[in-house]
Amino acid sequence: MSVLTIIFAVLFYMATAILLVFTAHKIWLYAKTPAPLKIPTTPAPTTRSGVVFRMVKELTIFESLFKASKWTWLFGWLFHFGLLLVLLRHLRYFTDPVWAWVTFLQPFGKYAAFIMLAGLAGLWARRIFVDRVRYISAPSDHLMLLLLIAIGVTGALMTFVNHADIVALKAFLLGLMAFDWSPLPNDFVLIVHLSLVILLMIIFPFSKLLHAPGIFFSPTRNQVDNPRERRHVVDWANKLESSKTG
Amino acid sequence: MAAAEFKVPKIDEYPVIPHLQEDAMAHSQPYIAKPDFQEKLGFPGELVDNWKEVAIDKMGELTGKYRSLQVFLDSCVKCGACTDKCHYYLGTADPKNMPVARQDLFRKVYRRYHTLSGKLFPKLVGAEDLTEEVLDDWYSYFHQCSQCRRCSVYCPYGIDTAEISMAAREVMDAVGKGQKYCNEIIGKVHVIGNNLGLPEPALADTLEGLEEDVEEETGATVRFPLDVKGADVLLVTPSADFFAEPHIDGLIGYAKVFHQAGISWTLSSFASEAANFGMFIGSYENMQKLALRIRQAAIDLGVKRIVFGECGHAWRVAYSFLNTLAGPFDFLDQDYPVPQHICEVTHSLIQEGKLTLDASQNDDMVITYHDSCNVARASRMGDRPGGQFEIPREIIKAVCNNYVDMPSYSIKEGTYCCGGGGGLLTDDLIELRVKGALPRMEALKNVVDNYGVTHMAAICAICKSQFSKVFPYYDFSMDQVVSLHQLVSNAIVLPPDEDSLPGEEQAEAA
Repeated sequence: MSVLTIIFAVLFYMATAILLVFTAHKIWLYAKTPAPLKIPTTPAPTTRSGVVFRMVKELTIFESLFKASKWTWLFGWLFHFGLLLVLLRHLRYFTDPVWAWVTFLQPFGKYAAFIMLAGLAGLWARRIFVDRVRYISAPSDHLMLLLLIAIGVTGALMTFVNHADIVALKAFLLGLMAFDWSPLPNDFVLIVHLSLVILLMIIFPFSKLLHAPGIFFSPTRNQVDNPRERRHVVDWANKLESSKTG
Repeated sequence: MAAAEFKVPKIDEYPVIPHLQEDAMAHSQPYIAKPDFQEKLGFPGELVDNWKEVAIDKMGELTGKYRSLQVFLDSCVKCGACTDKCHYYLGTADPKNMPVARQDLFRKVYRRYHTLSGKLFPKLVGAEDLTEEVLDDWYSYFHQCSQCRRCSVYCPYGIDTAEISMAAREVMDAVGKGQKYCNEIIGKVHVIGNNLGLPEPALADTLEGLEEDVEEETGATVRFPLDVKGADVLLVTPSADFFAEPHIDGLIGYAKVFHQAGISWTLSSFASEAANFGMFIGSYENMQKLALRIRQAAIDLGVKRIVFGECGHAWRVAYSFLNTLAGPFDFLDQDYPVPQHICEVTHSLIQEGKLTLDASQNDDMVITYHDSCNVARASRMGDRPGGQFEIPREIIKAVCNNYVDMPSYSIKEGTYCCGGGGGLLTDDLIELRVKGALPRMEALKNVVDNYGVTHMAAICAICKSQFSKVFPYYDFSMDQVVSLHQLVSNAIVLPPDEDSLPGEEQAEAA
């Protein structure tokens, strides 16, 4: 077992643990923090199923962003859609035998890397060239895009230019999951790719990537518009009730 | 500050997104609340010595109490979708008036003290220490947000800057840096019952005068009842309706509607204010205390229904929060929503054919309608989503023959705030108010120039006061803003009373 394999095995376990534990903690925090007032952005659905439909539209077609800015919507949607296909394609490295629908997605998933990179490039261009977006960008906002682009570029390099030993990589990943380690192929581009992915996994729960779980908890989007029909009171507000007259 | 010179923005033919002018509005700050007003609301009188610790702790307390705040502070990706959506940014070009930048004034401090990344790598993630300069920025720019929620419509995560502004104002109150305008007004309502500090005798006198005016004009005895026990409807309306123009014409409209429909109603001198400024300062406790006056009045007067007059933020608190703050209202008639908007009442009566209307009475006007921000994006009317857009328009079309909508980006859910909402309707912020009105003025000018619009109707006391004040800066005249129920009032055909008939008729015949 090479030192490289051991280092990366440990890093992967650590990064996975950080990602899961700290993201779960944030989700728990969002879930337990009360929303004392009804604040859906109206017009809002008046039923639970209506809210589900509203959320599905936000998650799939980024409805609000579409209303806001067509360019940001286009680049943002291309990036997320490309990323989704790419991630789904990557399931082939974690499953044996590979699920049929993942095999079906393979060719689309390969080229989705370019969709994803085009989206990221567009988003970065806006961040650099639109004075308003430049103003609101912290260094981390630029670096996050750089990180994602670097992950995409190294991944695409291995798919289209400089093929890594993907069979050995899959054995390494399956080995990690089975706690029965196999050697990690010593390929420079692959090592860079995996290192950046590990970095992304660690950053996730401490960064703006929390928008992913956050959107599910956004009261302006997930609340039903029915305050007159159903009284909405949370615990801490209930404790103030003693002061109430009448 | 109030008399400071400033340049009124020029109305372009098409709306233009301005380039950034840093610190263009850094000087704009409202007067600070005096110690006795602060203390009456349970806040420290002046800036406390350990204000940093208090502020940081308060911030942590609030993120624990409000899921909105916690999620919004974490979720922003700085995509920029909101950057050109705020009327104050469009009117001032100050980058800190971009919703995300305004939030970041608060978020950077949250990150510094309440997140791991901000504690370890502040420069990298845009986290900053809480300093006097930051507090000063908060005081400037969280009083340049009218909590209109336009940004939240366009945010992919629904982040609502209003929630951040309310939290920031709550933190500032907690350290003893409150705003004079809001906090003095809240104090007045706690003691007297309305924003103006109008006591019962003055109110009774005003209403009596109105009865005389209406009788003189129409020959009909339209009552303006006050503190009448056993009335069916308690009308809660912004106190500006009692004396300001054009608000008072709206009040006359409500009275005529009740009169013709034969609905017994009353105002309350104890709860003589619809507006709830507790929301503006983010104080649940103050908001609840104000809301409970309305519950108390409803119980004391033994009414069956509660109806709210034309007011934007008031309707948000009434529609969205009243049941939460002061409910349950199981002692009221459950056949009607609690509370109801006056427009819902009038609209139903029109549908049922219970009002006699002559739309030609408004033929001297071509009307457009300003959707008030908090009615549009924080409440509803009727039983369908979007009723808050349709119901007022249907009423206007029933009482006016000439109606034109302003450009679609500026109405309904995309409506622009008047520029004076959220606790900013004060003379010490006049520059901000004039500049913030620019997007609405542009949209109005469009329909004035292209469709001959002469008047703009509104259903919010703040909008009406704000437009009356800022119209002249943009070469409109202050009487071009009208109350929606003023139009109803003009159109409603009231037969003169039986007993007053002969004298008048004879006089005319002679």
